Amino acid sequence: MAKITYQHPNGTITVVDVQAPNTVMRGAKLNNVDGIEAQCGGSAQCGTCHVYIDEASTVPLPPMDEVEDDVLYGTACPRRENSRLSCQLPVTDDLDGLLVHLPEAQS
Amino acid sequence: MASRSVAVIGAGQGGLDTAAALRAKGYDGRITLVGEEPALPYQRPPLSKGFLTGAIGHADLTLRTESFFEAQDIELVTGDRACHIDLFGSRIELASGGRLDYDRLVLATGSRPRPLPVPGADLNGVLTLRTLADAEALRALLDGPPRQVAIVGAGFVGLELASTARSLGHEVTVVEAQARVLARALTPQLSRWLADRHRQQGVRLLTNSEVAALYGSASGQVEVLQLRDGTRLPADLVVIGIGVLPRTELAADAGLLVGDGVIVDPRLRTTDRSVYAIGDCARFPDSGPGRHIRLESVQNASGQARCVAAAICGDDAPYTAVPWFWSEQCALRLQMAGLTADHDETVTVGDPDEGRFSVLCYREGTLVGVESVGRPADHGIARRLLATGAWPTADEARAPGFNLKSFALKPPSQRLPARA
Repeated sequence: MAKITYQHPNGTITVVDVQAPNTVMRGAKLNNVDGIEAQCGGSAQCGTCHVYIDEASTVPLPPMDEVEDDVLYGTACPRRENSRLSCQLPVTDDLDGLLVHLPEAQS
Repeated sequence: MASRSVAVIGAGQGGLDTAAALRAKGYDGRITLVGEEPALPYQRPPLSKGFLTGAIGHADLTLRTESFFEAQDIELVTGDRACHIDLFGSRIELASGGRLDYDRLVLATGSRPRPLPVPGADLNGVLTLRTLADAEALRALLDGPPRQVAIVGAGFVGLELASTARSLGHEVTVVEAQARVLARALTPQLSRWLADRHRQQGVRLLTNSEVAALYGSASGQVEVLQLRDGTRLPADLVVIGIGVLPRTELAADAGLLVGDGVIVDPRLRTTDRSVYAIGDCARFPDSGPGRHIRLESVQNASGQARCVAAAICGDDAPYTAVPWFWSEQCALRLQMAGLTADHDETVTVGDPDEGRFSVLCYREGTLVGVESVGRPADHGIARRLLATGAWPTADEARAPGFNLKSFALKPPSQRLPARA
């Protein structure tokens, strides 16, 4: 289990406990965290679960594969160095304390 | 807020997303979601793919857990059906005998498989694929020794299923009445390319072929599929995938305007201002001139759900999202942005031989859609470019070395001005 913090563009935060084998995306969906759409259900097709990893984060994340990298070209808000698809981040104990920033829009 | 209660009929993707988006936007009235299936709302796309192979289980299909509905104070009514809408009394009657008053009503009734009007369509072993129960029945039949599977209809469901059944070792024949596969959804070039892929995987593909009848054993089990030209194909499992019909009976019975879908305005309101319709069942004005369309996709259901939730919360804006679709078959990622049906010019970028390419579709010089195979970046970029109007002309796209990634990364000052 990991405590994941989702920060909205207006600064408000939602902290939720997410269990494996969920992803950071599903953690948001299960808790109705506004700002993650994930229209394709987590198959890295749509780019509507885009998040920015907090720049000060030291939480270890799995490397980005080619598909995720490609999908991030089409996100509604600009891609940055710290952009990830939250459906490609499986929750493990290692992710405890992760802070992600939600973009202004997903679609 | 003016509205104190919202009833949503249909607990599929659109219905669920309406309820969830209302709460996420701060709606604090009563929300009731009525679904006739017994299960918690689930995602349908895996039903023709990973769910049949066992790669995706029930837990992965479920869109939200039970505790979600409690925590969000959404009353989820499963296994019950709305059987009448009283527009004047703002009340729904349920098959169980219950009644439900509403201030706003959202119809997310979805669609049902189009029946195949031939003798023998009711034999055992003749299935459709729409619901979880359908998929469970199909999975049980595909989980065993090789069968002779006949699939009627080379649409998305039919072809995804063909690919899945083939990967499980079954003999697969697809029978399609049109001259090519996915004739309604894809350009002729992608259609041909995809048909070749299926044939390479060992799928037998019969186009220009209509089913005349199905014949069965004395016990009523399907055994033979007969075509109009007299060809008889042995088949012990037949799946009908010839499209869907919007479920509009409730709306029509209530007196709302229907016609291949519940007719709605740009804000997705039906002819009764308190009633919205979204997703597969709704026929809405396209951004194009004077045209109403109905789209069957997760993105459309989900996008329209959020649009209606926003409207109920007072943020009334027309629905204008760029449609997009995806499919997985023959181990390929197929993605479509925009609507390409009436294009008059195409430009292919990338390499079809490598299975990584995109087809840009233009109508009278305007980019109307992009089909991509194995090029997820192109797809995402195409959606953005279609939304903003800052797309490349056909001549730009034809230039040697052109690709959408570098086009999109160019600063806007180096591009031609946005087009209407």
